[in-house]
Amino acid sequence: MRNHVWRPLYLIIAVIALILLVRTLVVPEDFGSHESGYMYGWHRKGNEAEWQQVKVKYQTSAYCKDCHREMYDSIGKSPHGIIPCEDCHGPGAGHLDNPAKLPIDRSRQLCLRCHAQLPSPSSGRSAIRGIDPAGHNPEAECSLCHNPHNPTLEELP
Amino acid sequence: MMKRREFLKHAITVVAGLSLPLAALRIVQPERLFAGQEDLRWIFLVDTHKCVGCGFCVRACKIENEIPYDANVTRTWVERYVVTTDGETFADTPIGARDGFTDRRIDLGEGKFKEIKDEEIEKAFFVPKLCNQCDNPPCVQVCPVGATYRVPDGVVLVDRDWCIGCGYCIMGCPYGVRFFHPVYRVAEKCNFCYHRITKGLKAACVDACPFGARLIGNARDPNDPVTKTVLAGRVGVLKDEYGTKPWVYYLGLSKEVR
Repeated sequence: MRNHVWRPLYLIIAVIALILLVRTLVVPEDFGSHESGYMYGWHRKGNEAEWQQVKVKYQTSAYCKDCHREMYDSIGKSPHGIIPCEDCHGPGAGHLDNPAKLPIDRSRQLCLRCHAQLPSPSSGRSAIRGIDPAGHNPEAECSLCHNPHNPTLEELP
Repeated sequence: MMKRREFLKHAITVVAGLSLPLAALRIVQPERLFAGQEDLRWIFLVDTHKCVGCGFCVRACKIENEIPYDANVTRTWVERYVVTTDGETFADTPIGARDGFTDRRIDLGEGKFKEIKDEEIEKAFFVPKLCNQCDNPPCVQVCPVGATYRVPDGVVLVDRDWCIGCGYCIMGCPYGVRFFHPVYRVAEKCNFCYHRITKGLKAACVDACPFGARLIGNARDPNDPVTKTVLAGRVGVLKDEYGTKPWVYYLGLSKEVR
């Protein structure tokens, strides 16, 4: 056969070889379809472990209980007992090493998440006692009058 | 000239010959197509009756998963639906409800708000949204480099090192749960807090919810409370007609929810 047929053929073979070479260099060894199957399973196996190593920040209320047993028990009996500690106090990770790192969120905005009165007849929101944020002592921090750990309206000063 | 009998004989041979390799492929390893873990499949249950729109789940999610707090992107969000007596539906989710719902007006975007009188409201409720960890994830199908994938336990993950940021998956997800991570500049999504559930903890949003509106469980465990509810209760999924087979189930879904 003539040269003009062979030459492009050699070129094509060289390009394919180059692509295969680059692929073996660039694609990690653990890349494949693995146990999830070839439909949706193509991935770098090592990435699963990378995601598992993300640091846990929220430790749950069970973690607070070990040291703050008294608080845990008394708040548990109040209507606010259903709220996890870390919702207001922030994530507990690192608290043991540096107790000062846990800032308490006393902002009005935090209480209004549940207690701003909204007309929502088809949800649990309507069962929560709410206020009109603009009319009910605006500018004042809620904890000036209300005890967030025992929020009964009967014991108000 | 070919006789009719001969023609039919040849035709049958050709059709059989063509279909055999396809069938053979399917017979060899059927489990490879629907591979999964036998004893673990994460399942999520949202009880919209219990949700009050406080947004503690969104806040916890953003902090736990290191999503820039002030960027208007989030892995999970809460939507408010208000249906008027005229039959009109309004829905909003101001910054994903990171700070909850404190304004009675509907946020229409671009600084516009809609005031609806109490007596005009037929029904109003809150619906939390998150990744559905589909059995047939369209986001995985469209990834050109294999950077997003389904783990045998059902969770769909994104490989941040491998993602090229083309954005096909963000366009492909019918639920709109994917977005660009402003720091890593790759596709980002809810993964049921993979680092928590693999350590025996619950997802951060589940732990943060004071009302038990969000629950996570194992669908392969018949005694799991979530599995029991999904099997025996009246539950629904979002956009069932897309055939994505989502694994986030909802109690109290309404036809207005999309």
